[in-house]
Amino acid sequence: MGIIENIIIIVYLGALGYLGFVGYKQTRNSADYLLAGRNTHPFVMAMSYGATFISTAAIVGFGGVAAWLGNSILWLTFANIFIGIFVAFVFFGNPTRKMGLRLNAHTFPEFLGKRYRSKGIQMFGGLLIVIFMPLYASAVLIGGTQFVSAYFQVDYHMALLVFSIIITGYVLAGGLKGVMLTDALQGVIMFMAMAILLAMTIYSLGGMDSAFAKFSTVWDHTVAPLAHTSLKDLKPGSADFMMKLSMNWGFQGWHKMPLFFSEGWLFMITTITMGVGIGVLAQPQLVVRFMTVKSKNEINRAVLIGGIFIFVTMGVAYMVGALTNVWYYEFNEGKNALQSAGSIEKVIPHFINVAMPKWFSFVFLFALISAAMSTLSSQFHTMGTAIGRDFFEQIGNKQYNSMKITRIGVVVMIVISVTLGYMFNNQPAIIARSTAVFFALCASIFLPSYLGGLFWKRMTRQGAIFSMFIGAFVSSFWLLFVHFQEAKVLGLCKALFGVDSLLSGKIIYVDALLIALPLSSLSAVVVSVLTKPEDKKHIDMCFND
Amino acid sequence: MGSFDLGVGLAFWLMCGSVILCIVYGAINWNKDKEEKVLDTSSWDKDEDKINEEL
Repeated sequence: MGIIENIIIIVYLGALGYLGFVGYKQTRNSADYLLAGRNTHPFVMAMSYGATFISTAAIVGFGGVAAWLGNSILWLTFANIFIGIFVAFVFFGNPTRKMGLRLNAHTFPEFLGKRYRSKGIQMFGGLLIVIFMPLYASAVLIGGTQFVSAYFQVDYHMALLVFSIIITGYVLAGGLKGVMLTDALQGVIMFMAMAILLAMTIYSLGGMDSAFAKFSTVWDHTVAPLAHTSLKDLKPGSADFMMKLSMNWGFQGWHKMPLFFSEGWLFMITTITMGVGIGVLAQPQLVVRFMTVKSKNEINRAVLIGGIFIFVTMGVAYMVGALTNVWYYEFNEGKNALQSAGSIEKVIPHFINVAMPKWFSFVFLFALISAAMSTLSSQFHTMGTAIGRDFFEQIGNKQYNSMKITRIGVVVMIVISVTLGYMFNNQPAIIARSTAVFFALCASIFLPSYLGGLFWKRMTRQGAIFSMFIGAFVSSFWLLFVHFQEAKVLGLCKALFGVDSLLSGKIIYVDALLIALPLSSLSAVVVSVLTKPEDKKHIDMCFND
Repeated sequence: MGSFDLGVGLAFWLMCGSVILCIVYGAINWNKDKEEKVLDTSSWDKDEDKINEEL
């Protein structure tokens, strides 16, 4: 590493330290620590929301998936912008902010608990976060640490420890203010790096139209010849094996949709697009951001900023991911991306190393570290509030200092996540699936209660509890015993019944969310209609200023 | 984007349309909210204990 690189690292760490300190100085009470004082600037809110949403896995993992399966993944970018930003901010944002304020809610589980006047709901929500979010956090932690250790040539365990200590410092001291300020800085770095990446990739391929027009040539020369080869004749996991698998799933080229209702279509639309796209609406660490601003104006302004941010970061990652096939074909002896890089997760890092100038590799590393740190800091804060405020504080009637309890909770949850990071480093499949598991569980368990709580005065506590249990049960069952990815990786179905999935056919490619969410929504409506309406005074307090 | 088929082309243009929608919505509603006084956070801070008691 040169002197300039060392200086940049020191300046970056110094900036994180300073922003953590600003958060610390401005944190005086639990509302400051848990909700950033409810007066966050719209730019900080939007960048924090986007940077929390986009982890290293979204850039490297899904970028690699785009190199493998092509531009049909742009449906996910559409869903992320339209549902994750526009629908979330415009329709959910302000009602969440206002109701959260009226009910004095500081966390997402507390919001649901107070809306339905049920400590059980708050504790259940907190418990769910405490159980499942550490796996999701450890997935992000492992991804970020692997890049740090590979680039700086340091031991993985040492990198994991240092990485965790830095994040712990500003989350612990600055609370949500520190988290959101650092998120905003990291979001700016991600935004700039991804914009440069797109410009340089397009330039190296002779323009946008020219680059996209070459997809069919590359497919015809590198993938189409596999049409008459059997999957059994190829080495499992190899580049040709993966491309042949995509053909068997119904994919026909990087510029085309997979065949309608094929395995690939179901995977792309239900698991990737809807699973992640809808799942984001009920993510506790994202919902809480709506409660951090003082008026609807801030949310409206954040729509503009957030929409552009997601377009530039995720849209670029996916477009460039698919375009790497064209670049490798042109500059690497007529090979496609997987043939050149070796595997899906290696495509983006390999492409950055061979196709981009050395200085950009360093910039991109910062973007990846920023993506990981911004997601992790929010996860650590959310897990800390879940175990502290939502769970521990609700046991008994004793009054606790929320800030102190949450800080202890943050430390406990970071220790658990880092331990998982050590334990599961060599089992990437389980960790990689944990993100999808968390998204599916959050949506099917929380979304009906959240949506009903915000917009339907007739929604009752019993309806909310019933829908949460149905969501938890159905999605867990689907993930453990049916879905082709999770059921196989988790292995419980195989251990109990001797098969990877209890069902067969295309249904096993349908995401858990698509099965569990309609059932949990239906149960919320039916049980609410059949039970006694909530007290009018309480409903007035929830809905009226 | 003439090289995309209908499905991918639709995703591409919907993605672009969503960004434009976000920009236009944000710009039009940049300063439209009149509710700030109704939900003043300082009064909420003062009434925190009362609200908790009522709940």
